[in-house]
Amino acid sequence: MINEIEKYFPDMEVINSDIEEKIHSALDKANFEKYTKEDVIKALNKETLDIDDFCALLSNPAKDLIEEIAKRAKKERERYFGKNVYFFTPLYISNYCENQCVYCGFNCKNNIKRAKLGFDEIEKELIEIKKSGLEEILILTGESRTKSDVQYIGQSIQLAKKYFKNIGIEIYPLNTDEYNYLHKMGADYVTVFQETYDKTTYEKKHLKGHKRIYPYRLNSQERAILGGIRGVAFGALLGLFDYKKDTLATACHMYYLQKKYPHAEISVSIPRLRPTVIDNSINPNEVKELELLQIMCAYRIFMPFINMTISTRERADFRNNAVQIAATKISAGVSTGIGEHTKKEKDGDNQFEIADSRSVDEIYKTLENLGMQPIMNDYIYVG
Amino acid sequence: MRDVLKIGKYEFNSRFILGSGKYNTKLIKSAIEDAEAEIITMSLRRINTDCDNILDYIPENIKILPNTSGARNSDEALRIALLARELSGADMIKIEVIKDSKYLLPDNYETTLAVEKLANEGFIALPYMYPDLNFARDMKNAGAQAIMPLASPIGTNKGLSTKEFIKILIEEIDLPIIVDAGIGKPHQAAEAMELGVDAIMANTAIATSGDINLMAKAFKHAIIAGRLAYLAKMGEVKDTAQASSPLTGFLE
Ligand code: SF4
Repeated sequence: MINEIEKYFPDMEVINSDIEEKIHSALDKANFEKYTKEDVIKALNKETLDIDDFCALLSNPAKDLIEEIAKRAKKERERYFGKNVYFFTPLYISNYCENQCVYCGFNCKNNIKRAKLGFDEIEKELIEIKKSGLEEILILTGESRTKSDVQYIGQSIQLAKKYFKNIGIEIYPLNTDEYNYLHKMGADYVTVFQETYDKTTYEKKHLKGHKRIYPYRLNSQERAILGGIRGVAFGALLGLFDYKKDTLATACHMYYLQKKYPHAEISVSIPRLRPTVIDNSINPNEVKELELLQIMCAYRIFMPFINMTISTRERADFRNNAVQIAATKISAGVSTGIGEHTKKEKDGDNQFEIADSRSVDEIYKTLENLGMQPIMNDYIYVG
Repeated sequence: MRDVLKIGKYEFNSRFILGSGKYNTKLIKSAIEDAEAEIITMSLRRINTDCDNILDYIPENIKILPNTSGARNSDEALRIALLARELSGADMIKIEVIKDSKYLLPDNYETTLAVEKLANEGFIALPYMYPDLNFARDMKNAGAQAIMPLASPIGTNKGLSTKEFIKILIEEIDLPIIVDAGIGKPHQAAEAMELGVDAIMANTAIATSGDINLMAKAFKHAIIAGRLAYLAKMGEVKDTAQASSPLTGFLE
């Protein structure tokens, strides 16, 4: 029997992919209880880690070895990225959403201030952000195909291209041809968070809309790559389900996709749940800072070449340290409201609270003093 | 005796090419000085910025060698090279065509195509490649002015894993051979130079060392030592030219 969350809508493209199957077969085999400290040490001493080693690094006994794990992660980070830390900022252009994710302030049942920026407003925001020196921007929308259609996003990308060198999008999942269109408009990076890889939890947390269809979302990155997009980003919202399993699933998702498309650039984010307007009962502490760093290091050691973003949901000092050990990308000068860069009174409400509201300049100087090299752009659009 | 490295129409006294991609930019200048490098590579992607541009930290007498990192095929490499020429005036380009984000190994086939395209556009093309004799020949025929084989996968600091194949290139390819990736320690640089490699390029090893300036110096000396040893060996009386012939002296 096909579950409701697996029934594609008529407008959803079906691609032939074995990635989901591979992720779930790895999940079925996983048993985080079986690892000992010795397994963790063995994993740390291996040059190339396999999925089993990755699980060992995520296990509870590994927590006692966090210092050693961090040391290895830092070494890998330096090997691939040296001192470089890449800067970017998100630009929220619309918060209309047709989905109902129970954990999110933007969800359609939630009575918040909705807004969608017009092109002149977008341009004003772009100009304002540009003043900070940033050259990479991530355009975000809530997930509404009707309110923020693909053309609207495409034109926004074209506008952004006038001011920014590197453009990413974090919008609702698209079909291959639509990704191709946005790629031609100038976007080269696509982020889609799966939120959770546990289908039962997924079904409970995503009550309505396109997002409810689990496999269509899961195959977004693959469609993006097929559409000509250079890099794809992944993430599970930790705290929705067993964070170890969701972390493992995310790692497998990246691992198998990179194997299938070796040229694709891979990136990961590690968001944890924070309180929102709607739901204060979620306990954000399931993944505490120790676990968060452990997860970041495990990713770094398992797939040393990937980019890793550290969110403004985390406090400044954690971020300062995380980018020296495991993360490579940091957002700065962040505002998650709509139109907040140019107006004192924002047009639309924020998606989540941020813990690090430092300006680009502040973060830049801090990281430089720590011996790191802030980088505004390390990318070129070649079509 | 003056011992110069000739690449295309250019001549260099130093055989140490510094990579730039992994430093704190402000340390670059002193690293160049300590290394006594005359060529510095940098990715065009990194010069494609209006903020804290690494180019501003490079002394004028240093030759910039932009690379085409980010290119996944020969057309993209050409596009990037043309942009590099526009942005930095560079005419010498290190061709890097990589379509593997995990190991970052160069694609020899696309690289060969890129050599041809860049050479046709008047560039001095220096292909970064996996040390394969047939491809190296093809690249030479396509117009390459030097060959840059990798010693080990980039960033691994493992030294000359591809030694036997690099030896073949030194023997057979009549172009400067510049070992490009994987050299992690000064003694590995010395070893490569002793074999007869013409120059060494290093990045990660220096950028991630505890003391960048000291490590830059260490590499400089190692490269010179290796080169001197190579030159000294060239002067040695070869086995084949020895006067006595203990095994074949009986022949009438
Ligand atoms: S998480 Fe995204 S899709 Fe879900 S309600 Fe929020 S904005 Fe909409």
